[in-house]
Amino acid sequence: MSDAFDVVVIGAGPGGYVTAIRASQLGLKTAVVEREALGGVCLNWGCIPTKALLKSGEVYEQLGHLGDYGLSVEGRAYDFTKVIERSRGVAKQLSAGVAFLMKKHKIEVVDGAAKLEKGQGAPSVAVSLKAGGTRTLTAKSVILATGARAKVIPAIGLAPDGDRIWTYREAMVPKTAPKSLLVVGSGAIGIEFASFYRALGSEVTVIEALPRILPVEDAEISDVALKAYKKRGLKFHVGAKVTKLAATKTGVTLTLETDGKTETLEAERAIVAVGIDGNVEDLGLEALGVKIDRGHVVTGAHGETNVPGLYAIGDVAGPPWLAHKASHEGVHCVEHIAGVAGPDIAAPIPGCTYATPQVASVGLTEAQAKDAGLTVKVGRFPFRVNGKAIAAGETEGLVKTVFDAATGALIGAHMVGGEVTEMIQGFALAMTLEATEAELMATVFPHPTMSEAMHEAVLDAFGKVLHL
Amino acid sequence: MTDVLMPALSPTMEEGVLAKWLVKVGDTVKSGDVIAEIETDKATMEVEAVDEGVVEALLVAEGTEGVKVNAPIARLSGEGGAAAPPQPAAKTAPTASAPTAEPEKVAPPQSEAVPAAPVRAVTEGASRIAASPLARRLAAQKGIDLATVKGSGPHGRVIRRDLDAAAGAPASAMPTAASAGAAPARQVLSLEQMGIAPGSYDLTPLDMMRKVVARRMTESFRDVPHFPLSIDIEIDTLLTARVAINAALEASGVKVSVNDLVIKAAAMALKAVPDANASYSPEGIARHHHADVAVAVAIDGGLITPIIRSAETKGVSAIAVEMKDLAARARARKLKPEEFQGGTFSVSNLGMFGIKSFASIINEPQGAILSVGAGEKRPVARGDVLAIATVMSVTLTCDHRVVDGAIGARWLQVFKGMIDNPVIMLA
Ligand SMILES: Cc1cc2nc3c(=O)[nH]c(=O)nc-3n(C[C@H](O)[C@H](O)[C@H](O)COP(=O)(O)OP(=O)(O)OC[C@H]3O[C@@H](n4cnc5c(N)ncnc54)[C@H](O)[C@@H]3O)c2cc1C
Repeated sequence: MSDAFDVVVIGAGPGGYVTAIRASQLGLKTAVVEREALGGVCLNWGCIPTKALLKSGEVYEQLGHLGDYGLSVEGRAYDFTKVIERSRGVAKQLSAGVAFLMKKHKIEVVDGAAKLEKGQGAPSVAVSLKAGGTRTLTAKSVILATGARAKVIPAIGLAPDGDRIWTYREAMVPKTAPKSLLVVGSGAIGIEFASFYRALGSEVTVIEALPRILPVEDAEISDVALKAYKKRGLKFHVGAKVTKLAATKTGVTLTLETDGKTETLEAERAIVAVGIDGNVEDLGLEALGVKIDRGHVVTGAHGETNVPGLYAIGDVAGPPWLAHKASHEGVHCVEHIAGVAGPDIAAPIPGCTYATPQVASVGLTEAQAKDAGLTVKVGRFPFRVNGKAIAAGETEGLVKTVFDAATGALIGAHMVGGEVTEMIQGFALAMTLEATEAELMATVFPHPTMSEAMHEAVLDAFGKVLHL
Repeated sequence: MTDVLMPALSPTMEEGVLAKWLVKVGDTVKSGDVIAEIETDKATMEVEAVDEGVVEALLVAEGTEGVKVNAPIARLSGEGGAAAPPQPAAKTAPTASAPTAEPEKVAPPQSEAVPAAPVRAVTEGASRIAASPLARRLAAQKGIDLATVKGSGPHGRVIRRDLDAAAGAPASAMPTAASAGAAPARQVLSLEQMGIAPGSYDLTPLDMMRKVVARRMTESFRDVPHFPLSIDIEIDTLLTARVAINAALEASGVKVSVNDLVIKAAAMALKAVPDANASYSPEGIARHHHADVAVAVAIDGGLITPIIRSAETKGVSAIAVEMKDLAARARARKLKPEEFQGGTFSVSNLGMFGIKSFASIINEPQGAILSVGAGEKRPVARGDVLAIATVMSVTLTCDHRVVDGAIGARWLQVFKGMIDNPVIMLA
C-alpha cells in the first residue's frame, strides 16, 4: 500500500466522504481518514438517527389522535429500548452504506486519528492507527472535514456530567425516556429533541436566551411554531439567561434570569444544545499556522486555508452547520482542486427542523431583507385553508414568501407545517435558477397537495391569492 | 463515465458554436472518432473523441451558440458497454432521510443528471441567449442588451451577478466608453428609433464571424491610436519580373500573382525594418522574429486572414502555392485556427475592385497593416517630362503605440524599393 495520494480527506462525515467520492470520480487517488465511524456525526449521531427517533415519536403521538380520523386502537405503548435500537440500526445501516461506497470508488479508508505535520507542499498526515502504530500519508491536497461537536460551557454547568446532563450524544441513547426534561437552546437540535421526548410524553421545557425560539428563522415562523409546540404541551422560557445548571441526586436544577427576575427549574434530565464548536484541536493546526477564528478554520471561496495545499470544508469550516452544506462545499472544493469546478453559483442553503410541526426555510428572512435595504413584497398562506392539509388533519402552519419588490426575485421562503422539509427544495431550486414571481406563478402545482400553499403564498405577495 | 468537454481550438478561443453532432446517444465511439463539428469565429473544426465508450447523453443541442470552452458537451459511459446497469448502491444521501431504505434496493448509481441535461440544452438553444429569468428582467429594467453580457453561470448562462457587473460599470468613476475596457460593440439605438420602418428590411442574425469582426474592429478602431501613411509606387518593373517568373514556372503550373510579390516584398521589408514587425503589449514591445504575414481573404459572410509564416524565408513560388491553398480552404471554412491566428503583420488588397487607395483597420496585436490599391496607368512626372507608368498606391496603417511615423515611413521606403526593383528581394 502506497502512502502517496492526490487527495487525503480527514474525517468521513457527509463533508468528507462525499468529497472523497467526488475526488475519486475525478480520477484522483484518494484516501479518507476516520477516527470513529464512517458517516460522521450526521449518519451516526445527528441527522439520520434523530430522524428515526422523531418518526417513532410522531407515530406514537398520532396514535393518541386516532379519534380525529375515526379510528381507535387499544393499548398505546412504546418500548423505549426498541425505539433507540431502531435508531441505532438505521445509523449502522447507513454507515455500512458509506463503507460500501468507499470500496466501490476505490477510496482507501484509514482507521485512525489524523494529525497534520509540515510536509513538502501540502502538509503530510500522520495517522495514529486504531489497529496500533502510525502511518504517514502524503498528498498533493489535504482536505480537513473533521466536523464539530456540541458546544459546552462548563463554568455554568452547561456540560455533560455522564448521567443527568446530556449533549445530543447522550440524548440519543438513554436507557429510559425522562419524565421531565429541560432543553437549553432552541435551535434545530434542541427543538428536535424537545419534540421527540414530548411526543413520548415527557414534560419538556425549552430555555432560549434570545427573545424567540428557532432564532435563525423568520420571526413570524418562530411565532407560529411556538404556538404549535405549546399546543403540544411544550413549555418555553425565551429571553432567559441560564446562570447555572447542576445535577442533584434526583435530577437537575437550573437557574435562569428573565428580565432581571431569577427563577429555578427542576427536572429529571437536561440537554445542552447551545451551539457547535469546530473540531480544530489535536490536528497540529497551530504548528502549521492555520488561521482559526472562533473555533472554525478560516477558508476562502473554494475551501482553501491560508496554508498551501490545505483545505477545510463542512462544520469545521463554519456555519451553517448542516450536512448538505458540508457535502456541497466538499464537492466544490475538490472540483476546484481538480480544475474542473463549474461556475461558482451562490446557491442558497436550505435549513430544516424536523419537529412536529416541521420548519423549513431558504434565503433571507423578511427582517434580513429589510436590513439589507431592500423593499420587499411578502406573501403568506396558512395551511388552515389548504385542502390537502385539512384532509390530512395537518392544518397547523404557514408558508411565507419574500420577494425583492424592485426585481421580483424570490429572496426568501419560510415554512412551518407538515412535511415542509420535503417541499422547501422547490423554493431552493427557484432561487438557484433565479426565478421571479412570474415563473413561480406560471408553475402548475398539483392538486390536492400541501405544496399548493407555496403557490398561493407567491400569489399573495402580488395581491393575487385565490383561496383567501 | 466521462464528460466530453468543449475543446479549445486555439489558445484564444473562449466559446464556439456546436454546429453538428456526428454521433447520437447509444453510439459506441473510440478514441479518434470524429463526434462533432464546432464552429469558431473563423473555422469549422472536427472534435475527436479522446476516450472510448458509449454516448450516454448529448448535453448541448446542435446549433447551440456560445458554448464555453471546457463546458461538458457530451457524456460517455466508461466501460464501452451499453449504459451500465444500475449497480447496488447504498442510500447515503445524508439529508434525504430515508432511514428504512435498504442499501441494496436504492437505485441508479451514476445516472446523475443524464436525463435532465438534454432538456436544458434544448431550452438554451431555443432561446438563443441563455439567461436566468431574473437576469432577463434586470436587463430589461436597465436597458442592457443581453447579447452584450458575458454569462458566468453554467454553460455561459447570464445570471444576476453578470448584470450587476454590467450595470455597475457606467456608475463607476469614469463612465466613458473607453473605461469599459474590452467592451463589446457599442449598443446603438434600434433601427426603428433611427427612422427605419419595421418590415422595410430583411434581418440576418449575427453569426459568430460577424460578431467577432464587429467586436474586434470596434475595439481596434476605438482603442488603438492609428494613423495612415500613403505612398505611390510604380510597378512596371514588378510586372515585367512577374511575367519572367511565371514563364520560368510554367512547367510547374504555379502562377505568381502581384499580391504574392507584395507579400514577399512586405516580408522582406519587415526583416529590414524589424521595428515595424512588432506588437504593443502592456508588458512591453514584442519584436517578432519572423514576418508572419496575414493576408485578408474575403469569404462568404465575412473575411479571414490566413497567414504565410516566416514569409521572409520563402520564395515567391512557395508563397504563391501556399496562398492558393490557404485561400481555397478559407473559403470552405476549413482553416485550422493556427493557420489564421497569430500573424505579425497584415496585407489587405482591394486592387482587383479598382480601389485606388484605402486605410485598413489594424488587426490587433499587429503593429501595422498594409492596404494595397489597384495598379493603374497614371501620368507621372519624370524630371520635367510627363510620362505614363503603372502606379499602385499603398497605405500603411500604424499602431502609434509601437510603430511611430518615422518607422512606418522607413518601412514604406524599403517596401517601395523592393517593388520598384524586385531584384533587391534576392539580396
Ligand atoms: C443531533 C443532530 C442533528 C442534526 N440534524 C441535522 C439535519 O437534520 N440536517 C442537517 O443537514 N444537519 C444536521 N445536523 C448537522 C450535521 O450532522 C453536520 O452538519 C454534519 O455532520 C457535518 O458534516 P461534516 O462532514 O462537516 O462533519 P462530521 O459529520 O462531524 O464528520 C466529521 C468526522 O471527522 C472525524 N474526525 C474528526 N477529527 C478527526 C481526526 N483528527 N482524525 C480522523 N477523523 C477525525 C469525526 O470522527 C467525524 O466522523 C445535526 C447534528 C446533530 C448533532
